[in-house]
Amino acid sequence: MPLSYISRRLFHLLLILLGVSVLVFLMLRMIPGDPAQLLLGEYARPEELARLRTQLGLDRSYPIQYGIYLQSILRGDFGTSVRTGAPVVDEIGVRLLATIELSLAAMFIATLLGIVAGVISAVKQYSVFDYGSMFLALIGVSMPIFWLGLMLIYLLAVKFPILPMMGRISMGLEAPAVTGLVVVDTLIAGQLGACGDALRHLLLPACTLATIPMAIVARITRSSMLEVLNQDYVRTARAKGLGEAVVILRHALRNAFLPVVTVLGLNLGLLLGGAVLTETIFSWPGLGRYVVDSLMGRDYAAVQGCILIFAVLMALINLIVDLLYVLLDPRIRVHA
Amino acid sequence: MSAPVLEIKGLKTQFQTRQGLVKAVDGADLALGHRETLGVVGESGCGKSVTALSILRLLPQPAGRIAGGRIIFNDRDLVRVSRAEIRRIRGNEISMIFQEPMTSLNPVYTVGFQIQEVIRKHRQMNKGEARTEAARMLGLVGIPEPRARLNDYPHQMSGGMRQRVMIAMALSCHPQIMIADEPTTALDVTIQAQILDLIGRLKEEIGMSVFLITHDLGVVAEICRHVAVMYAGKVVESAEVRELFAHPAHPYTVGLFESLPKIGGRGGALRPIPGVVPGLFNLPPGCAFQERCFKAEPRCRQEPPLRAAGADHMVRCWLPGE
Repeated sequence: MPLSYISRRLFHLLLILLGVSVLVFLMLRMIPGDPAQLLLGEYARPEELARLRTQLGLDRSYPIQYGIYLQSILRGDFGTSVRTGAPVVDEIGVRLLATIELSLAAMFIATLLGIVAGVISAVKQYSVFDYGSMFLALIGVSMPIFWLGLMLIYLLAVKFPILPMMGRISMGLEAPAVTGLVVVDTLIAGQLGACGDALRHLLLPACTLATIPMAIVARITRSSMLEVLNQDYVRTARAKGLGEAVVILRHALRNAFLPVVTVLGLNLGLLLGGAVLTETIFSWPGLGRYVVDSLMGRDYAAVQGCILIFAVLMALINLIVDLLYVLLDPRIRVHA
Repeated sequence: MSAPVLEIKGLKTQFQTRQGLVKAVDGADLALGHRETLGVVGESGCGKSVTALSILRLLPQPAGRIAGGRIIFNDRDLVRVSRAEIRRIRGNEISMIFQEPMTSLNPVYTVGFQIQEVIRKHRQMNKGEARTEAARMLGLVGIPEPRARLNDYPHQMSGGMRQRVMIAMALSCHPQIMIADEPTTALDVTIQAQILDLIGRLKEEIGMSVFLITHDLGVVAEICRHVAVMYAGKVVESAEVRELFAHPAHPYTVGLFESLPKIGGRGGALRPIPGVVPGLFNLPPGCAFQERCFKAEPRCRQEPPLRAAGADHMVRCWLPGE
């Protein structure tokens, strides 16, 4: 892959983030009323308001205010939460890692099972497996996620208490925070028991969250594979005497991947930003719940910080998806 | 004809479709001699490609199946050998190239990888040896700087180049038979001639037989020794090329020649064969060509016999040459 392409894309990423920062900056100014008043609440005293206005630079022109805002972001200062009084950046950090852990686990399940089901359905088109898995996929995309979560909890945590129903790890077990991903941290610390416990905590919310993307991935993989399996080069691969597994996995699946990767990227973005329901049901201390709580509590600094983080994540995922395209399909490299 | 290396006897290939059963090949008999080139000609839909795909059992699944007949290759009936056995034959003893060079190569792998893949599958070679062999094959089919082109992707090559790559791939295990399904149809005329020359030359060098499918009688005249004419799933006439061109016996073959423009001819209108190829769902009883035939008579409603119309010249008609 040409380095110039990557650097150009990173430059684009920078531009996008600048644009997002402008929007986020304007957001607080667009809300009717005085930002200082909004930040401090109705009962703030006039001298406090005046001090905050000077501190935020609200008495200066918009471009200068934006400059100050940008500077503080670059320093890693996203402001202070009015609800907790803690720096927003610290609060987001911890929750972001919890969300990332959950999203990645869900994506792993969705990708693995979705692709396997999609490939088998395509290869055995119109078989019992095909009809069965596509029917399940239809149910999967249409099932309300909160209902599924509650049913899973009822079945697997209450009725048959096999799995824990909430939290990231059992009380009393604690791993030294290295990456912030509990499963990884316990593994690094060599605490296999704790790691297993964390995985068991992860299983129910991850499966709940994986349902919709898994169903989408399965359907996309199936239709993409069906198209590819009819291509001339698949017949060529068979005419070479290659085994059926090689024909399907090496020659067909690789070509069927592009639309699947697109869908995976979009879904990962959605999971990172929108796991609110799942996080609420399973008391998962993630970013989705934090955003909702911040919105409810009119914690603008926190909301601004979250929006910025989501934008960065989305842009990064898109970049990764585009780079994957280039890796997967050499024809894209020419134009890249 | 020398002793045949491949003999197709009474081949019946059918497709199950929503509209019903399609008898794409309905009792075809063909023989390919050792180190010879057999041309199979006919209009679109006459079953020539399906016959070729049947040889290597590459029919689209699950719709297509061989319903009867035998395909004898080296004392083995390819219709009945195991899947593992047919995979050992594919690309190794019998290889195949297709009509569409633009889409027959996998777009996400280099041509080098795709050639090495078949070499490593069938010949005991390590990666380095296979790569050297792949480069040698590319050189053999006339691709300049073969070592460098190994790293090219198909989209970086023209249609003619890609067909050369397909041929290199097909020949890399020194097969006894190469099946070429309209190998030049998608190429422009000068490239066509080059590819035909190449196939003819490599046939001699490698000592293989070629099963050539085409709708182009000019191609047949150029490189084939024997020719078989197919119509609606049956072989209606077969002979040596010279014999067939000099004395076409089946009314359909006669029609094919009369619909061709002649160099130095007196001009005038061509005489196309009236009508179209009948749908394979509802063929008339007896000869499938009767409705378009200028000589048809009542007995054509019964299955016509296969009769000799000359030395090594067979025709399936009630009135050959009359």
